[in-house]
Amino acid sequence: MDINWANVFNISSLLKCFLVGGIICIIGQILIDKTKLTPARILVIFVTTGAVLGGLGIYKYLVDFAGAGATVPLTGFGYNLANGAIEAVKENGLVGAFTGGVKAAAGGIAAAIFFGYLAALISKPKMKKQ
Amino acid sequence: MDPLETKKGYQDYVDKKSPNSKILKNCFNAFWVGGLICTIGQVILNICKERGFDTQTSGTIVSILLIGISAFLTGLNLFNKIGKFAGAGSLIPITGFANSIVSPAMEYKSEGYVMGVGGKMFTVAGPVLVFGISASILVGIIFLIFNTQSVTLV
Repeated sequence: MDINWANVFNISSLLKCFLVGGIICIIGQILIDKTKLTPARILVIFVTTGAVLGGLGIYKYLVDFAGAGATVPLTGFGYNLANGAIEAVKENGLVGAFTGGVKAAAGGIAAAIFFGYLAALISKPKMKKQ
Repeated sequence: MDPLETKKGYQDYVDKKSPNSKILKNCFNAFWVGGLICTIGQVILNICKERGFDTQTSGTIVSILLIGISAFLTGLNLFNKIGKFAGAGSLIPITGFANSIVSPAMEYKSEGYVMGVGGKMFTVAGPVLVFGISASILVGIIFLIFNTQSVTLV
């Protein structure tokens, strides 16, 4: 199949993605520098915020506007979970609330566990500085 | 009372005196590295769409690739170099999630492959999954009760 590279490197979509993704990271950086939150707490805050904004239907506008600029940051992971739950509820009712989120994020979670374990296995132990 | 005598007063004083330029520089680095990682994701996303995958599947492929790449970069001790420079720029994208799994797993490798690597890999990722998945279930239940997105603020 031929790929239309002009579509792949669509400057306006890449620029919007770059700007929004960058700004979301700036928010994270300000949290790191200005608060005493640990990285783990910041990741939790971002995922939960994404899920709440996704549930309220707000984050979708950002995804439509910025594409990967909104889905690649961890807020997008939360959005993906919440959106999956909503879609599944529409189809299956209550059970969908439990299956939809993880189903939508299954690829990312499974990849993180699998590649994470593999990468840790092949990793070189850190040299202790004497 | 002298503001420097209370702990909070001293902290305010330090905050006022410490240069803001470092934060600006950190934010700038976070901005362009984070933006760049998202843009790489967008290029992969666009290629997937050109190949005929739907949006949901394309997004999943982007996540899998970015997670795989950053997991192995962490294993090779390269990711923490990027992380030191970019701060939130590499932490906030999904790459930071992969990094947060591999880093503790590497550190506790000496404790064995089951409880060391297998257990410690969720030190940070565990809470992220707990809160993310729980929030999504709550969102689903709330949506079920209102059965409409009229709760939308916009």
